[in-house]
Amino acid sequence: MSDSIGKVKAQKVTLEGKFELECGQSLNDIELVYETYGALNADATNAILICHALSGNHHAAGKYENEEKPGWWDSLIGPGKAVDTNKFFVVCPNNIGGCHGSLGPNSINHDTGDYYGPDFPIITVRDWVNSQAKLSDLLGIEKWHAVMGGSLGGMQALEWSYLFPKRIKKAAIIAAAPKLSAQNIAFNEVARQAILNDPDFEGGRYLDKSKYPKQGLKLARMVGHITYLSEEAMRSKFGRELKKEKLNFGYDAEFEIESYLRYQGDVFSESFDANTYLLMTKILDYFDPASNFEGKLVSAFQSIEAQLLVVSFSTDWRFAPERSKEIVNALIEAKKNVSYLEINSPHGHDSFLFANDDYVKGLSAFLEN
Amino acid sequence: MNTVEVIKNWIDKGSEVLDLGCGDGEIMNILSKEWGSTVLGVEINQDDINKCIQSGLNVIHQNIDEGLGNFNDNSFDIVIMSQTIQVLKEPKKALQEVTRIGNESIVTIPNFGYWTTRINLLLSGKMPITGALPNSWHDTDNIHLCTIKDFENLCSECGINVREKCFFNKFGKESVLAKVAPNLFATTAMYKISK
Repeated sequence: MSDSIGKVKAQKVTLEGKFELECGQSLNDIELVYETYGALNADATNAILICHALSGNHHAAGKYENEEKPGWWDSLIGPGKAVDTNKFFVVCPNNIGGCHGSLGPNSINHDTGDYYGPDFPIITVRDWVNSQAKLSDLLGIEKWHAVMGGSLGGMQALEWSYLFPKRIKKAAIIAAAPKLSAQNIAFNEVARQAILNDPDFEGGRYLDKSKYPKQGLKLARMVGHITYLSEEAMRSKFGRELKKEKLNFGYDAEFEIESYLRYQGDVFSESFDANTYLLMTKILDYFDPASNFEGKLVSAFQSIEAQLLVVSFSTDWRFAPERSKEIVNALIEAKKNVSYLEINSPHGHDSFLFANDDYVKGLSAFLEN
Repeated sequence: MNTVEVIKNWIDKGSEVLDLGCGDGEIMNILSKEWGSTVLGVEINQDDINKCIQSGLNVIHQNIDEGLGNFNDNSFDIVIMSQTIQVLKEPKKALQEVTRIGNESIVTIPNFGYWTTRINLLLSGKMPITGALPNSWHDTDNIHLCTIKDFENLCSECGINVREKCFFNKFGKESVLAKVAPNLFATTAMYKISK
């Protein structure tokens, strides 16, 4: 039976020294917060790295003391689950630029004594993967049994496979794409504009002025949230249900979907940093491994040695199955070890968070074969 | 010899093989373990896909009826399509695709000309239900059954050359009868074909 990992605690580590970034800038003594579940075996061959997506963090599974809500991938990580913590040592860091403990825009810049805010450099998926490799060194993990993630997390797993081919045995790339489409970037731009134009954004210096662009971040999240759900899921969950019995001919939240989105936006905007959100959308927009190879994904994949599993979901329209197939087809052409699963699921892009039976079976078969 | 042994006989060790409709990966497993083949499967059934993954085999979740355009011309030494062509919507197109993707291809078909099938139809006047075709006409995946003659005619119509052929009896073995009068006495026919 699937069970919870139970109570968990976050840990911290410092990547000492200068860390060069793809943008040309550098950061010093980067602090990363992370969680681990399960136990590392004697020869350190059972470690799985979990990469989080846009709004995720290091709290992937289990619960904190005095908190009811489990980590974001608790449905898949735990004893007897798809990522079985009885067998694997699971590590999930909060990436650089995050806002839940790792060095990010809401950290103090020790050179100036102020918050980084808008001065925090633009990070890339490659920077993240490089920092995760340094974390691996500190944890004594020479080679990951697997690196995996959904959405932006899947992009990191993919990047690992060609950047450090000797350091990973498997990669699971879930609900991802080889690069963002114009439509994807368009949604990100709407989110950014919502934040940037909030009067309380203060050019990104809101923390210095004790303000917060809550409204902008809320709007950004509402737009994003729509793209995570499928039309089908929204219809079956909310339909045209009204909060009250009849229309009241006004602009308050009348339909259930309106109040749901507002609620989601409110909760999110209270627990996430606006500058981090801006940064995350940029990291997504910039990801394009083929761009260094004259647009040829096949060339970008030449160095891969790992066994790869690509997973997509039938109702995902943010990164639709066709986008995952672009990765798969390039891997086939590059003659790499790849398997592909297209899971029937009603939950849209968010499907990767749910313990769908076929998905769980496929993942655990892949991780344990 | 049984079908897998014949396949091994027909292909070089270490060949790159694409198995279209690979099922639970039985053939791929044998070829990769015993013949040093690099194998990739295409399958639509989720349980079969998971079995392949469990065995460490590479498998792509894909509906052959929706096209095979993602596989380049002559990108595999061998393309295998075993007991699959009869369930496809467009067998002719599939046959052309198979020979486009593989330098050589191995196609296995159930023979509708087998004598018990013929007698079954002749005497009962109903669509035959046999060991090889166990389901009713309305409840079968086999929507494009053919005889050995039909298949060979389709090959020549498509300009496809038959390089080798082998016929099996109902026990999956080669036999004298199946060799002498295959369209009557073979339940299964296997062809090695190419453009």
